[in-house]
Amino acid sequence: MKQLALIIDLNVCVGCHACVTSCKEWNTSGWAGPMSDVNPYDANPTGTFFNRVQTFEIGTFPNTETVHFPKSCLHCEDPPCVPVCPTGASYKREADGIVLVDYDKCIGCKYCSWACPYGVREFDQKEKVMKKCTLCVDRIYDQTLPESERKPACVLACPTSARLFGDVHDPDSEVSQLIRENGGYQLMPEWGTNPSNHYLPRRKTHFKIHEDELLRVDNPLKKEGLLPEPPKDQQTLDDIYSSW
Amino acid sequence: MHPAFSVIFLTTLIGVGQGLFLALYSGQIYSMMKLLPAQNSQSFYALGSLLAVGFLLAGLFASFFHLGRPMRAWRSSSKWRTSWLSREVIILPTTMLLIAFYGVIHYFDWNQPLFILVETQAINLSLIIGTLAMLSTFALFICTSMIYASLKFLQEWYSPLTVINYILLGTASGFTLAAVFSVIVEADVVGFYVLWAIILTVTAFITRVATILRNHSITPKSNLQTAIGIRHTIITQKSQGFMCGSFNTREFFHHKSLTQIKAIKNIFLVLVFPIPILLLLVAASGLAPLYLAIAAFIVQYSGLLAERWYFFTEGKHPQNIYYQSVA
Ligand code: SF4
Ligand code: SF4
Repeated sequence: MKQLALIIDLNVCVGCHACVTSCKEWNTSGWAGPMSDVNPYDANPTGTFFNRVQTFEIGTFPNTETVHFPKSCLHCEDPPCVPVCPTGASYKREADGIVLVDYDKCIGCKYCSWACPYGVREFDQKEKVMKKCTLCVDRIYDQTLPESERKPACVLACPTSARLFGDVHDPDSEVSQLIRENGGYQLMPEWGTNPSNHYLPRRKTHFKIHEDELLRVDNPLKKEGLLPEPPKDQQTLDDIYSSW
Repeated sequence: MHPAFSVIFLTTLIGVGQGLFLALYSGQIYSMMKLLPAQNSQSFYALGSLLAVGFLLAGLFASFFHLGRPMRAWRSSSKWRTSWLSREVIILPTTMLLIAFYGVIHYFDWNQPLFILVETQAINLSLIIGTLAMLSTFALFICTSMIYASLKFLQEWYSPLTVINYILLGTASGFTLAAVFSVIVEADVVGFYVLWAIILTVTAFITRVATILRNHSITPKSNLQTAIGIRHTIITQKSQGFMCGSFNTREFFHHKSLTQIKAIKNIFLVLVFPIPILLLLVAASGLAPLYLAIAAFIVQYSGLLAERWYFFTEGKHPQNIYYQSVA
């Protein structure tokens, strides 16, 4: 069975919020909209978003690293938010594993948001129903779009390709390979929600050199060190290169 | 969690209503066993049931303020197989109807024995409906409290103590009201209700304090490391992604100072337990029983509002880990 999901590569996310704005733009004007705002151009603006980008600093100065952390519904395989819903408005699709809210059934009791440990469901203050990421369910199957655009809006917007989209149940999919080969992990594994979205960690390329590899085995003098400096009037290697 | 007044009123008001009914029902059982004098059907049982239904209705009314779309509330009865909230939505009106029916039976005095049990015990309609209503009342206590006790990441609530507290605090306040009620209608069972109100209040005190102690020593299962999946002991949030608040910062934080929370805790510990007990004791000794019993109930109920408020602020949602710094 299919389980669509996002893979977020923390190694390349630069925290530009392009996914946040493109998500809002696509979804507020589409099937899942409107995503209403309160005081958008005034003091204390607030509004409904499906996706947020947060920033964390790891370590203490000067050994710090900045991690930008995009966060949206993880489309859990065992979503605790679904069984608690009294109306059945929250549900997980059999066919592709997307967790959705039926706005026509939701009574706005907010119980599902209490049951999600990740804080990714947002109650729309004007529409009075619960909203959350739909994985752009209205885009990804749209036959009128070219094949390459049948992806969530955030994935298309990301300038660094930090967001990837695919079926995490298919072992040969790009996303499954990335999870497997680059240490993809789930958030808060302690709650057994089994999130479908995975994160790829920051990665550094390390090269291990052993002491003996620093010594030239074929050094005829069996002695390392700087060679004597060539006299000033003699031609150097730089002179030869620049004359080319 | 943010303490919402609609839910505070809902849970405390229905608690009183349920407790009052349990008091009436146990009074009937006791008098049936000739342990208490029999009471007047109309002025005692029917009126008492009316009062209990009134409290339940008031609670139901308060609950609608919690919903974004109250006109669709009827839909919430559909997922009773999985959702405790849905179960509560079904069992609350059921309990109300059964208690109302119990009152109607007493009002019209349909108390002819239907059959005789074990050769001596006459079983009448009010007893059968009363027993059903009693079961339904307990089911309602369980559903209401399991809404909170079933959320495993709210570790402060995820405990049988939550269920026990809801039952004991509800019945304690209901028995206190029953004492007031029996003083008003001049029924000679005041002592019985005062005694049980005190026993229940003392037991509730023990379990509520046990809960506070338990919650003080909880180790949160989630932390920033598991929340963002980075193994480092020093992680500081630099931005939560927005400046002026969102649903995440409104719904899951109480935004109250520690002093305020501590004050509310001490207030409820005094108002719910010792003061009503003292007032009830003095009332039972015959000194201005009406005023003192009424005072006991009002003090205890106000204390329960504070208790429920504190209960919500006690719950620490793991999502808060993601919202520790604005910028
Ligand atoms: S991330 Fe939260 S809202 Fe999304 S499926 Fe999991 S529990 Fe439900
Ligand atoms: S807020 Fe809506 S989707 Fe969430 S539990 Fe309530 S009815 Fe279900």
